[in-house]
Amino acid sequence: MRFLAHVDVRLRHGIADPEGATILRALPALGFTSVASVESGRSFRVELDAADLEAARSMAASLADRLLANPVIEESVIEVEPLG
Amino acid sequence: MSASIGVIVFPGTNCEHDAVGAVDALGGEGRLIFHTDTSLGQLDGLILPGGFAHGDYLRPGAIARFSPIMEAVRTFAEAGGPVVGICNGFQVLCEAHLLPGALQKNRGLTFLCQPSELEVVSTSSVLTSSATVGQRLSVPINHFSGSYTCDLDTLRQLEAQDRIVLRYVDNPNGSIDSIAGISNEAGNVVGLMPHPERAVSSLLGSEDGAVLLRSFLGAAAAATVG
Repeated sequence: MRFLAHVDVRLRHGIADPEGATILRALPALGFTSVASVESGRSFRVELDAADLEAARSMAASLADRLLANPVIEESVIEVEPLG
Repeated sequence: MSASIGVIVFPGTNCEHDAVGAVDALGGEGRLIFHTDTSLGQLDGLILPGGFAHGDYLRPGAIARFSPIMEAVRTFAEAGGPVVGICNGFQVLCEAHLLPGALQKNRGLTFLCQPSELEVVSTSSVLTSSATVGQRLSVPINHFSGSYTCDLDTLRQLEAQDRIVLRYVDNPNGSIDSIAGISNEAGNVVGLMPHPERAVSSLLGSEDGAVLLRSFLGAAAAATVG
């Protein structure tokens, strides 16, 4: 069965986020003066084949942990849905 | 006998010739090793040079770490062979877990290309064994993701084990504890963001990098690995 995994990689709490901080500083120039915070991250959509939803989740978690995120500074949030 | 130094070339590496040139100028023998190779051959030391391996896609070093040659690099490092990762090479060593921590985007999101003032913190690494603690060195930096970070336990461990090798005097990139370079526990694997290979002649503005590379060549000549 084919599944679609949404992998959202974000910085761990307490790790400096210069990208988010720079975006936050730029927003007032566009008139967005009431933005309280910005956190940067990246998202991946990964299509994969697995026996069932549980196996797909486990594979997505493993590839996120081993490649998509650097566990030293990042954590990932994963959602998996069946495709087609 | 002069030390034979392998310089690893990934797709996107761009400092390999500078590294070989510096090694040769200081009396060693540098030679290029391609990322698809699976063995190092007869070598006394290894340099992972700067550049943008695999375009820095995903994160600097994240893809390079899976290169065929990296297994041989790991074996060489774990056997005590002298290994230094410079700039992108430091990022590769961190991603490969041969060194702890990670390199993040610079504070202020600024690409930094400038001379940097370093202070030697430890002389128990292969890169600093002929330097003196507290010695100031001017060595250029050239990076976007050079802000060293690690968790607090790792930082305490690095301090306690004398593994912080170099610190910036004015911390241009926002590294934790102003760290410019660290080593593994044995001191034979070192990573640093500054480029010592670009500071081996007064023509280049500084000869201070030679202090570091001479230490490295000395350690390599004395090593029995490979």
